[in-house]
Amino acid sequence: MLTIPCPWCGDRHESEFFCGGAYEKARPARPETLSDEAWVDYVTVSPNPAGPLVERWWHQRGCGLWFFLERDTLTHDIRPLFDGEDHEPR
Amino acid sequence: MSRVDRGSAPDALIDRDSPLRFTFNGRTYTGYRGDTLASALLANGISLTGRSFKYHRPRGIQGAGYEEPATLVQLSGGEDATNWPVTRVPLSAGLAASSVNCWPSPDFDVGAIAQVFSRLLPAGFYYKTFMWPNWHLFEPAIRRAAGLGRAPTSEPDHLRYETRFHHCDVLVIGAGPAGLMAALAAGRSGARVLLVDDDTAIGGRLHADGDLVDGRPASDWLKDIAAALEATGTVRCLSDATAWAHHEHNFVMVTERGPCPAHVFQRTWRVRARQVVIATGAIERPMVFANNDRPGVMLASAACCYVNRYAVRPGKSTVVFTNNDSAWHAAFDLHAAGIAVRGLVDVRPQIPASLLKRASSAGIVVHTGAVVQEALGGRHLRAVRIASRGDGRKTTIDCDLLCTSGGWNPTVHLYSQSRGRLRYDPNLAAFVPGEARQGTIPAGSANGAFGLGSCLAEGRDAGHAAAERCGFAPAATDLPVVSDPAYRIEAYWGVESFGSVKKAFVDIQNDVTVSDLELAVREGFGAVEHAKRYTTAGMGVDQGKTGNVNAIGLLAALNGDDPGAVGTTTFRPPYVPVEFGAVAGHRPGSLLLPYRHTPMTRWHKERGAVMYEAGARWRRPGFYPRAGETMEQAVTREAAAVRNGLGIYDGSPLGKFDIRGPDAVKLLDFVYTNDWDDLGPDRGRYGIMLSDDGLILDDGVTFKLADDHYLMTTSTANADMVYRMLEGLLQTDRPDWRVAVTPVTEHWANATVCGPTAREFMRTVGTDIDLDGDDFPFMSMRVGRVANLPARMFRVSYTGELSFEINVPAGGGLQLWESLIEAGQAFSITPIGSEANHLLRVEKGFLSPGHEVDGTADPYDLGLGWIVSGNKPDFIGKRALEIRRASGGPRRELVGLLTADPHEIVPEGSPITPDGRKEASEGFVSACVMSVARGRSVALALLRDGRARIGQTVSIRVKKDVVRAAVTKPVFYDPAGERLRS
Repeated sequence: MLTIPCPWCGDRHESEFFCGGAYEKARPARPETLSDEAWVDYVTVSPNPAGPLVERWWHQRGCGLWFFLERDTLTHDIRPLFDGEDHEPR
Repeated sequence: MSRVDRGSAPDALIDRDSPLRFTFNGRTYTGYRGDTLASALLANGISLTGRSFKYHRPRGIQGAGYEEPATLVQLSGGEDATNWPVTRVPLSAGLAASSVNCWPSPDFDVGAIAQVFSRLLPAGFYYKTFMWPNWHLFEPAIRRAAGLGRAPTSEPDHLRYETRFHHCDVLVIGAGPAGLMAALAAGRSGARVLLVDDDTAIGGRLHADGDLVDGRPASDWLKDIAAALEATGTVRCLSDATAWAHHEHNFVMVTERGPCPAHVFQRTWRVRARQVVIATGAIERPMVFANNDRPGVMLASAACCYVNRYAVRPGKSTVVFTNNDSAWHAAFDLHAAGIAVRGLVDVRPQIPASLLKRASSAGIVVHTGAVVQEALGGRHLRAVRIASRGDGRKTTIDCDLLCTSGGWNPTVHLYSQSRGRLRYDPNLAAFVPGEARQGTIPAGSANGAFGLGSCLAEGRDAGHAAAERCGFAPAATDLPVVSDPAYRIEAYWGVESFGSVKKAFVDIQNDVTVSDLELAVREGFGAVEHAKRYTTAGMGVDQGKTGNVNAIGLLAALNGDDPGAVGTTTFRPPYVPVEFGAVAGHRPGSLLLPYRHTPMTRWHKERGAVMYEAGARWRRPGFYPRAGETMEQAVTREAAAVRNGLGIYDGSPLGKFDIRGPDAVKLLDFVYTNDWDDLGPDRGRYGIMLSDDGLILDDGVTFKLADDHYLMTTSTANADMVYRMLEGLLQTDRPDWRVAVTPVTEHWANATVCGPTAREFMRTVGTDIDLDGDDFPFMSMRVGRVANLPARMFRVSYTGELSFEINVPAGGGLQLWESLIEAGQAFSITPIGSEANHLLRVEKGFLSPGHEVDGTADPYDLGLGWIVSGNKPDFIGKRALEIRRASGGPRRELVGLLTADPHEIVPEGSPITPDGRKEASEGFVSACVMSVARGRSVALALLRDGRARIGQTVSIRVKKDVVRAAVTKPVFYDPAGERLRS
């Protein structure tokens, strides 16, 4: 069980959270401008590196905050990705 | 009894003034407080203690701790448990134990007949032989014949298990010399330390080896260090507590047996530590030779432990067989305890002079460059045959105890679970910790430092390092003075068989022999993970604690490889067997994941409702059987009541979300496929929610309460998922939108009255809402009072009949329900459950998540193309929907099916195949019910190009039969929807 740093509550057990999965970039603002291939890629190809990966997590059984962090898939080292203000990914 | 006479010297851990009576396989014996069941049995001269897993060979006691591979016991008479290693059962008054896998006793075991056929039972025998017609036909009988213990049948007592969380700076696992020094060094530096040890007394191998520390008996030093740990004020010790899992971020599971207070049977600690010192020691491995499983063959370290710790002589005369220095010291201890050492057999041709000198002064005959080729004797060891490795000359030596040592394996299980790397050290002929992957520090024997002095020093350094990593300055900690003899070893994995057909066991517990491994290699299963699964080496209760590295060494020899290149199998939790109760703690059954109940639940149960679990752990009535009614009769009665009269349904679990803010419409427009800007006040609209792959996520009706205030409803099953999606969207993708979503599912109780007499009935209930169809049309809502409660009333329908959904604050739910039931007596109001609800919605062809909405359907597939707006530049799923539609491939579409036989009910999920052939399906039956409106069975299905095939016949496969059905439109009742709009 990981220790997840919630920007609001601090370090908490993973069991309080829901992992929202890998997050590569924001949803394209104008999907119609993308090629079919680019859209299918956005929807179906999730980043899966052996190394640092940006993820979205939800403090479901806590404060309810959705936030971003970077987790190394090899070591589980976690780097918070928030500045304490708006919890935006860097 | 065969106890060592120590004269006036006291025993540290056994109390000869406290005799305890216990029974083993029905006979009564006596031991002392401080004994284990194993030491007490050996003291009573019991050497045949069990039968083996597969061949039912006689087995004795081989180890002294968790490594014990040979004898597992069943405990009864109170704290029932099974498959305990005999060496890990502390003796208590009245203990009743028996051997597993033999009947009626290990001395006279009926299953021992298996030995006669044992040559016919190599690895893979069962899988190869019992393939036809079907393995599962034979499996139960085979499992009964070859097995371990029986699960206790007594009722579990959940109140006696506990779990708790613990946070500390440094967790030290193992209270041997290294762990004690680590805990002391870290504790004195100011770190909060938790020290856990699986033995009942701290000290580890110190008790077994009889070393002197600071020139005194080790037990004296242990008393001092226990006091020193206490004095730090920061070290907490748990004895008889095993760390069995090491997860990410130093999350370690520890189960404590017999903690305080006494009513707690076991307590599981979920420890989160900033640093973990792994001082788990090392486990000796046995030598592999013919009949190395005979009772009387024992690990040298175990024999030494019985003599020094328990004052028990496990034999009268012994031979020691080894490839390393440590067993020589064991031989000297056995000699000192009065056991005749008849020979010391070492595979190495050259032995250090100091050892030879000590052996010679003790009068021990040394055979260098020799091996024990075979153990002789049946139910007990009688003699050993040794052979010179040089000229093959053989000698037989009589003895009743054979102590073997093939070297030491660091106990790297937890280190490996923490994802630390392992590497093979050829100097130690063992796998030792390599690069760490989290805050873990291996120390002492667990790190390959086998000498006592180096254990103490490594322990202290690890304690300092751990404290320093936690931000504490290391405090000076002195090391005691000890002797630190060298450890030298020559790798040796198994005695050449010299053509012998006798069994040489690699894994004693699973009856895996050298020839099984040879077979695995011959048949192409030579990779270590394959060999494990092919032969079962390293499986079972002990998980190969003694056998694994020998198996790796043998595979390396057979493959012509280096053991480091063969590598280890994966170490997985748990390190030792853990009882389910210890994991569940105070939260067995539904306490782990509690159910959600509506305010009317008790009413339903009192009326005999059969409760179902609905999505997200809701409990709600499935149907209300009357006396003598079958389920089918009850469901038909309830559904008919709705079609012909009046039904009432508890719809409280339906997902409900309060949406507020000036951007509420923006949100609805984005998550639903249709347009929301033109919805009038107090009106509702059906919506379909997609995910960005263009497939349906959920559906439901949303009502407009005010320009910036909406109430969204979702299916019961998907409510939590929809909320997660909406929050994720608003918090991370659209944080600038001014709209908030509040889940209010549990704030409102919902009673839905439905049926042709619903309006007439509602007028008698007492409400200030105008119920007239023109003033309160379908798909609208009103706020008012119903049965003296503030209420929101919605006109929506999932049954196809005139319906009023009455929502009141949850606290008034039962009052509303009872008022409606009372007033409804004149209308023969019938409570209906989810089964009847399902039947009615299938008749109408309404969708249900999990049935038609199965994660592969888009709105067009389900005949909902009209709900996809062409006016919006974007909504979730729009782009993918367009791409999929443009591709023009065949799709599975929603249709109705009428089976040729009107009484035929087809199971949900039955495949539809071309002409009923056994080939890829072209669709499946999503629901099938006995329609009350049509008086026959009706079904919904997803069928390839289904809409174009209406009027045709399809074939449904139901097990071996083929059922023909006509394809129809997916609606069987009131296709124009006049009744629900009435």
